Amino acid sequence: MNLFGEAIAWLTDPARLEGSYALPTLLAQHVGYTVVSVLVAAVVAIPAGWLIGHTGRGREVAVAIAGAARAVPSFGLLVLLVLLLGVLRIPEAAVVTFVLLAIPSLLAGAYTGIEAIDRAVVDAARAMGMTERQIFWRVELPLGLPLLVGGIRSAVLQVIATVTIAAYVNLGGLGWPIIQGIPLRRFDQVLGGALLVAALALVVDLLLALAQRAAVPAGVRVHRATRPARRAAARSEAAASPSA
Amino acid sequence: MTWVLDNLDLVLSLAAVHLRQSAVAIVLGFLLALPLGWLAWRFRLLRGPLVLGTGLLYTIPSLALLILMPAALGYSAISETNLVAALVIYAVAILVRSVVDGLDSVDPAVRQAATAIGYGAARRFWTVELPLSGPVLLAGLRVAAVSTISLATVGILIGVTNLGYLFENGLQRRIVAEVLAGVTAVVVIALVVDLLLVLAGRVLMPWTRAGRGTGRTRARAALPVRTAA
Repeated sequence: MNLFGEAIAWLTDPARLEGSYALPTLLAQHVGYTVVSVLVAAVVAIPAGWLIGHTGRGREVAVAIAGAARAVPSFGLLVLLVLLLGVLRIPEAAVVTFVLLAIPSLLAGAYTGIEAIDRAVVDAARAMGMTERQIFWRVELPLGLPLLVGGIRSAVLQVIATVTIAAYVNLGGLGWPIIQGIPLRRFDQVLGGALLVAALALVVDLLLALAQRAAVPAGVRVHRATRPARRAAARSEAAASPSA
Repeated sequence: MTWVLDNLDLVLSLAAVHLRQSAVAIVLGFLLALPLGWLAWRFRLLRGPLVLGTGLLYTIPSLALLILMPAALGYSAISETNLVAALVIYAVAILVRSVVDGLDSVDPAVRQAATAIGYGAARRFWTVELPLSGPVLLAGLRVAAVSTISLATVGILIGVTNLGYLFENGLQRRIVAEVLAGVTAVVVIALVVDLLLVLAGRVLMPWTRAGRGTGRTRARAALPVRTAA
C-alpha cells in the first residue's frame, strides 16, 4: 500500500497545479479530445445508424464495419496516422483516430436501438396513420434511445482509453504522467496518473449509465423486463470492445 | 513493401509471440468466465455484483489497468504475465455477460424436459444448457478474441514485446511500412482466429447451420437447403 501512499502524495503535491503539464490542464485536454471526437463521430454515425435501423437496409455493411473495426489496434492506427499526416499534425491525426474508433459503437447503438423494437409496435403506428417521419421521431427514436445511449457510453469509454495511450505521441492528456514516468521509473507519478485515468473512466461511465437509465421511456420500463432474449441479442451486438 | 520483405522473420516471430499471448488470455478468460457466469446466472443475488464488478474492471482503460493491478497485487508491471492478466480480465468481463445471456436464452421448457427425463443438474448443464447457449457464447467469444488480439499491442507501452513493437519502432524510425505491417498483421491474426471460431462453431453446433440470419432471410434460405438435402 506504500506505493499507493506515494501516488496520493504525488497527486496532492501543489506542484501538480503548475506548469504546462498541470493536472487540470491534462484533464481538460483528455476530456476535450474525447468530447470533440465523439461529437464528430456522432454527427456521422448516428443519422447513418438510424437510417439503417428505420429502413432495415445496409445492416450487413454496418455489422461488417463494426466487426472489422474491432480488429484494428487503435494504438497502431494512431501511430500510422501520425506518420502519414506528419508529426506537426499530431492533434489532427489523433482526432481522426478517435473518430474512427467511436463510429462503430455509435452506429451499432443507433441501429440496434431501432431494430430491437417490436415490429408490431411500428406496424401499429403505421396502421394508426402515422407518417414515416412521425414513426421515426415519435416511436422509433424514443424506444431506441436507451441502446443509443449505451452505444454513446461505449464509444466515450473507448475514446477515453485511447486518449490515454495517445500521450505516447505527445498529445498530452492524463496518460502523460504514465507514459513519461515509466522509462524514468517514477512509479509515484505513473500510479498517480493511472488512478486519475481510472477515476475519470469510472465517473464518466457512471454518469452515462444513469443517462442510459433515464433514457428508457416511462411506459416501457415494466414491459422491457419480459423480453430478456431480444434484449440479450441486441446487447451482444452492441457490445463494445476495449480496443485501447 | 521492401521493409516487410527484408524483415519478414521479425514480423513472423513477433506474430507468433502475439498469438501465444492472446491465445493464453482468451483460453484462460473463457475458463474463468464459464463458472463465474454460471454462478451469476444460477444465484440471482450474485448476478448484480458479478456483472457490475467485471463491468467496472472493463471500464478501466488498459494502460491504467496495466499499472494498477501490479501495484495493488505487488508484482512487476513490466512483465508478460501482467499483460496477459489484464487481457484475461477484459475477456472475462465480456464473457461473463455472454455466459449469463447464453444460459438465459435456453428455453425453460427444454430445461424442464431434461429434468423430467431424469437429468441431474451437472449432466443437464453439460449436455443441454451449455450446448444450447453455444450460439450466444460463440458471439461473445468472437468479440473477446478479436478485441484481445488487437488490445495486446498496448503491451509495448509497458515494455512487453509483441506486434506492438512494430508501432513503437516504426514511429521512432519514421517507417510507415513497419507500422502498416504491424496493423495488418494484427488484423489478419484477428480475422483468422475469428474465422476459426466460426468454423469450430459450425462443427460443434451443427443445428445452427441451417437457417442462420434474421426473419425474412431465414424462411427463404431454409427452403433450398431442405430440397438439396
